[in-house]
Amino acid sequence: MAVSDHNITDKIDITDVTCPITFVKAKVAIEELEEGEILQIHLNSGEPLENVPRSLGEEGHEVLEKIDNNDGTWELIVKRGQEV
Amino acid sequence: MGVRIIIAASLRTFTNRTPEVEVQADTVSAALSALTDEYPEAARGLFDENGDLRGFVSIYVNDRDIRTLKGLGTKLSDGDEIYLLPAIAGGACESVISTERMKEVKIEDKEIRRYNNHLQLKEISIKGQKRIMAGRVLIAGIGALGGVVAERLAAAGVGTIGLADDREVLLDGLQVQTIHSSRDIDRPRAASARDRLKKLNPNVTTVTYQDKLSADNIEEIIEDYDIVVDATDSFVTRYLISDACALHNKPDVFGAMYQFEGFVTVLCTGDAPCYRCLYPSPPPAGIVPSCAASGVMNALPGIIGSLMEAEVLKLLTGSGEPLVGKAIRLDSWNLQYRMIHTASDPGCAVCGSAPSIRTVQDIDYEDFCGLREDPDEEPIEGIEAEELARRIMSEEKITIIDVREPHERAIRRFPGTLAIPIGQLARRQKELDPEVDTIFVCKEGKRSILAIRTLREAGYTGPMYNLKGGLENAAQIIFPHEGAWL
Repeated sequence: MAVSDHNITDKIDITDVTCPITFVKAKVAIEELEEGEILQIHLNSGEPLENVPRSLGEEGHEVLEKIDNNDGTWELIVKRGQEV
Repeated sequence: MGVRIIIAASLRTFTNRTPEVEVQADTVSAALSALTDEYPEAARGLFDENGDLRGFVSIYVNDRDIRTLKGLGTKLSDGDEIYLLPAIAGGACESVISTERMKEVKIEDKEIRRYNNHLQLKEISIKGQKRIMAGRVLIAGIGALGGVVAERLAAAGVGTIGLADDREVLLDGLQVQTIHSSRDIDRPRAASARDRLKKLNPNVTTVTYQDKLSADNIEEIIEDYDIVVDATDSFVTRYLISDACALHNKPDVFGAMYQFEGFVTVLCTGDAPCYRCLYPSPPPAGIVPSCAASGVMNALPGIIGSLMEAEVLKLLTGSGEPLVGKAIRLDSWNLQYRMIHTASDPGCAVCGSAPSIRTVQDIDYEDFCGLREDPDEEPIEGIEAEELARRIMSEEKITIIDVREPHERAIRRFPGTLAIPIGQLARRQKELDPEVDTIFVCKEGKRSILAIRTLREAGYTGPMYNLKGGLENAAQIIFPHEGAWL
C-alpha cells in the first residue's frame, strides 16, 4: 500500500532528531489526535525505525504500515490508540 | 493480650469517629473480630459479603503489611499496633490541575527536548507534563530546602513559581543554600532565587514576595496558587501557612530538617491532617533551638528538598502515591527511615468537624508561639551591640554570660565570657555578682531572654540585660575589635 491509501490526519518529520527525542516527538504528535485518527511519521532507517514503532505500539497505538522511501528514510503510518 | 488498632480517618465513619481501639487478641483475625464486635458497622467496611477482607484495606502490624507476614493469621504480642489503612487514604490522588487547564497548554518543539525525560515516563507523559506546565506553586522560605524545591520545580517546567521570603542572602547560609551564590550576599533571597530560576529555565514565570508572610497577606497570596510548599523554619509561619491552606483547600507540602534528620509530609488535602492536627501547640519559645541554631549536614537539604519536590509533581500530575495521610522521617547519617501514618484530628480547631478558627485573622500567631512579650511581665532591658562593645573596650566591670550550646560557641568564639547553658543557670547563679551588670548573649537574642526570665524566677535580683539581636547581629560590631579588647 502507498501513503495515499491512508486517510492521514497529521504528518511529522523526525529525521532531524535522534533517539529518544524521535519517540517523544512522535508521542506528543499522536496524543494530539483523536482515537482512530492517523499520523504519518517521516523517519530515518536504523535506530529510529527500530525503536519508534515498537515504543508507540507499547503505548497502545497501532502501526498500520512501514513504507520504504529507498533513500534511507521511511514513512510510518500509525493509528491513534485508546485514551489510557 | 492488649493490642491497639489504629483506624485511618476514612474508615472512622464505621467506628463512630474513634481513631484508636484497644482489644485483647492473639491474631490479627481475632483483633478484627473484637473490633467488629464493638463496632458492628466496621464489618461492612472491612469485609465483603463472603466475609473476605476488602481489597482496598491494607493492614499493617507495627508498620509491616500483613501480606508480608502471615495475613489475617499473623500472631500478635502485647503492645503491638495494628494500622487499618484503606487505599484511598494514601492512594493516587486527583490532579490539582483541571483537564481544561491541562488542555490549554501546548508543548513546543523546543520544550519536547527540554522536557523529554518526563515525556518518556508513562506515569507523567504528555498530560502530566502539561499539568506541570499549567501548575502554579508557591514556595515559602527560599533557604536550603526551599531553594532545592525551587530549582528542581523550575527545571521540571512548572508554569508559575511564587518565591516568598523576607530575608537576605548571608554568607552563613551558603554552605547549605545552593540556590544562592557568593555574589548574591546581602541581596534579597527572593530576588536572588528569581534570577537563578530564570537562568535554569526561561519558560518559567516567577513572582517574588519580599514582605514577611502574615495573617494580613497570606490569604491573598496563596489564592493564586495550586500548591503551597512550606520550607520555612519558624513555628509562626508553619501554623500560619497550614491554617491558611486548610481554610482555602490548598495542599501544603511540608518539609523540615534538624541536623541529619528530615521530615516530609503533605498536609491539608484529602484525608491528610493539617499541621495543627499533628501538633496542636508549638514548643515554648526558646526551648527548641531553631534550625538556624543547630546546624544542618549539607547533603540533607538536597535529599529532603527533592522528596518535597516529588510530592509537588505527584499532586500536579495526579499520579503516584503522594504522602497524603503519611509522613516520612529520615535519618540521613544512620540511613534509617520510617514511614508513619498521619491522621486528621476530628477535634482540630481549623479542619476538624466543629472548627473554631474560620480565618487566619482570628489568631495572633506571634502570641500563639509564645513570641509576644506578656504585658504583665516585668520588661527585659536590652543592650545594643555598640554599647556592649564600648563597655568591653573601656574595661568596665561587667559579667557577660554566654548561654549558647558548646558547638555554637566553637563556631563563633566570644572570649572573656562565662559560658552557662540555660539548664544550669538557676543552679549556678552564685557565680554571678549582683553588684555588677550582667549581660546575656546567645545567637539570635531569644534564648538570652529566656535565660533572664529563668534567673528572675529562680530569685536572682541583680541587674540583667539582653544583647539585642544576639551575636549574629553583633558580629560586625563586636568581632572586628576582638584583638583590641582581648
